[in-house]
Amino acid sequence: MTDQDITFTIDGVAITAKPGQTIMEAADDAGVYIPRLCDHEGLRHQGGCRVCTVKANGRSVAACTQPAAPGQTVENETPHINKLRRDLVEMLFHEGNHLCPICEASGNCELQAMAYRLEMGEPTKFPYLEPSRALDASHHDIALDTNRCISCGRCIRASKDVDGKGVFGYVGRGIHRRVAVNGEDLAHTDADASDHAMSDEVCPVGCIIRKRVGFATPIGEREFDKGLIGYEIEGKRRG
Amino acid sequence: MAELRKARIATASLAGCFGCHMAILDIDERLMELMKLVEVDRSPLTDIKRFTKRCDIGIIEGGCCNEENVHVLRDFRRNCDVLISIGQCAIMGGLPAMRNAIMHSDAPLRECLEEAYITGRYIRNTTHDIPNDPALPLLLDEVYPCSDVVEIDYQIPGCAPTGDVIYETLAGLLAGKFHGFDRMHIKFD
Repeated sequence: MTDQDITFTIDGVAITAKPGQTIMEAADDAGVYIPRLCDHEGLRHQGGCRVCTVKANGRSVAACTQPAAPGQTVENETPHINKLRRDLVEMLFHEGNHLCPICEASGNCELQAMAYRLEMGEPTKFPYLEPSRALDASHHDIALDTNRCISCGRCIRASKDVDGKGVFGYVGRGIHRRVAVNGEDLAHTDADASDHAMSDEVCPVGCIIRKRVGFATPIGEREFDKGLIGYEIEGKRRG
Repeated sequence: MAELRKARIATASLAGCFGCHMAILDIDERLMELMKLVEVDRSPLTDIKRFTKRCDIGIIEGGCCNEENVHVLRDFRRNCDVLISIGQCAIMGGLPAMRNAIMHSDAPLRECLEEAYITGRYIRNTTHDIPNDPALPLLLDEVYPCSDVVEIDYQIPGCAPTGDVIYETLAGLLAGKFHGFDRMHIKFD
């Protein structure tokens, strides 16, 4: 700890942050997990999905973009906040076509894992929008099933900032805002299977699919069969 | 004093694959424990086709893809105190609901039937007809989750749920102690 370090609390736990760190970055370092979908380690923060909403001194803020401030009191895992997060995740399920039983990402999917963590198990009150969305299998090594896209924009940031390419981008506004490819289809972009944007970890759902590797790991032995999403971060604290 | 009796359970499979009913049998030897507490009324497991008495718990597998499914589901709601959706098809339409949106068509039902019976590459249908016998239940425009048709009290997620989760849910409900699932046991696949 240096003189410039900031101390604040999350759910009563004392957290130390370096100057300029966001609430989420400081929480991750301290082993406190704040749920998130559009944020991913190594990518620019976006603050889009709002699943990381916390109350900082009573105000709702996105933990991934809000800088940590000295003496701040942050509420994270409260029934009220988790209810808001659960509703957000449920709406994402209802906005696209998320058929877990047929999805290759099932068990590795962060959206699904977040639903487990937030206990999305009650009979639903939202309608299913069931949009008609395209499958783009034009590329030799990669397929895009946009039925499963949650518009988190992680692929956009990974392609632009890490790969320096700009394969993906947002189109449309409001509820019509979608992630699209910068070309006629994926085969007409400079996308490559070795891109960071195409790696397993960037797409949180099963939208970006690598061809010829599906079901290499069987259902039941996948990432979130090992533990609830966030278990690695929470494990740091337990030591 | 209330009459001491076994709880009555009814089950039905609508637009499902019977996998969830197979999963009910995965309760294995604990079925013996369960059967001390319950009797099974209307169910494919007993082959009883109509309710003989009002039931305490109704278990529904599958969503609604035709008018007969809707009829059965409403009959269950009328005759059961607690209604449970079991499996992803009953909860959100599941695989049958792929015909709602994934066909990319203005008339998804027609396109689905035409591909299944007429235009599909591996079809040998000498009459070139889509079956339309009056005895067949009329298909709905879309596949609907059960909660779109009647009020559902609980749902057991999974495709199919494990026997453990089904047993724990039923045992909890019968004891009046069901307060949701252990988070590690919630699975949608």
